[in-house]
Amino acid sequence: MMSNEEILGKIQGILIEALGADDDEVTSSATLVGDLGAESIDFLDIVFNLEKEFDIKIPRGELFPENLASEGDGLAADGVVTEEGLERLRERLPFADIDSFANDPQVANIQDLFTVGMLVNFVADKLNDTE
Amino acid sequence: MRWIWIDRFVELEKGSHARAIKNVTLAEDHLHDHFPGFPVMPASLMLEGMAQTGGILLGDLHDFEHIVILAKVPRVTYHSWACPGDTLTYTARLKDARAEGGAVECVATVGERLVAEADIVFVHLDEKDPQLGAIDQKNFVFSMNLMGVMEVGQAGTGKTEPAE
Repeated sequence: MMSNEEILGKIQGILIEALGADDDEVTSSATLVGDLGAESIDFLDIVFNLEKEFDIKIPRGELFPENLASEGDGLAADGVVTEEGLERLRERLPFADIDSFANDPQVANIQDLFTVGMLVNFVADKLNDTE
Repeated sequence: MRWIWIDRFVELEKGSHARAIKNVTLAEDHLHDHFPGFPVMPASLMLEGMAQTGGILLGDLHDFEHIVILAKVPRVTYHSWACPGDTLTYTARLKDARAEGGAVECVATVGERLVAEADIVFVHLDEKDPQLGAIDQKNFVFSMNLMGVMEVGQAGTGKTEPAE
């Protein structure tokens, strides 16, 4: 079974290639958008590369869901994610650090939930399922 | 100018690969500026030709249900150039295809000579997508205009081969 360090190493390689990031930038806590400069287009490229590197299947919206919290559906109000919204985030992003996010749950900060460490946890779980 | 950077489709194996050719000619105005005294096919337009070849390959997989947009070029390398009189052959292989988009790897050759290679990522957009209006149509890999090159390939015997 692959250790989390090995998974991290491979994910670092993918992100260096896909985002043009430097190897010392791609730490576990680095955010994909804020720290590594990912754009929405890059998410698809990352999904392709994760599937290939780890021989896993990632259904649409499982790793990078769209429309996570919008004002109309009670999940956010005045730019802040509601309690209900936080619950939804926990369901849809089980590998993200929602507890830290809950301290300042701005909708604008949702993108910071996507970190390198979150990808590692996601892949580790996928690999566990297939074994 | 028509934004069609392939002249003819010569092979299409659904879900696998596609091959198209582009004849480089001094009748193309930009070659006189690129470069004066040394006309060569601009690298960016070779990339566009590879994207059009790969975009049609991906579009065909879903029977042209989606609008295919060139999203990202993670890798492109140019090894050589193509001059007036050369026939570029673009060969695209489908690497990945899924509901949101797909990826191809392409090579451009003149005869046996390798000219360029690229990985290209596309995304799908549907006509009813609210984001559609915000996107410059030049980013569309194919429109019905471009689809005309498929018919050129089917003319005559339908088994045309690129000039050697």
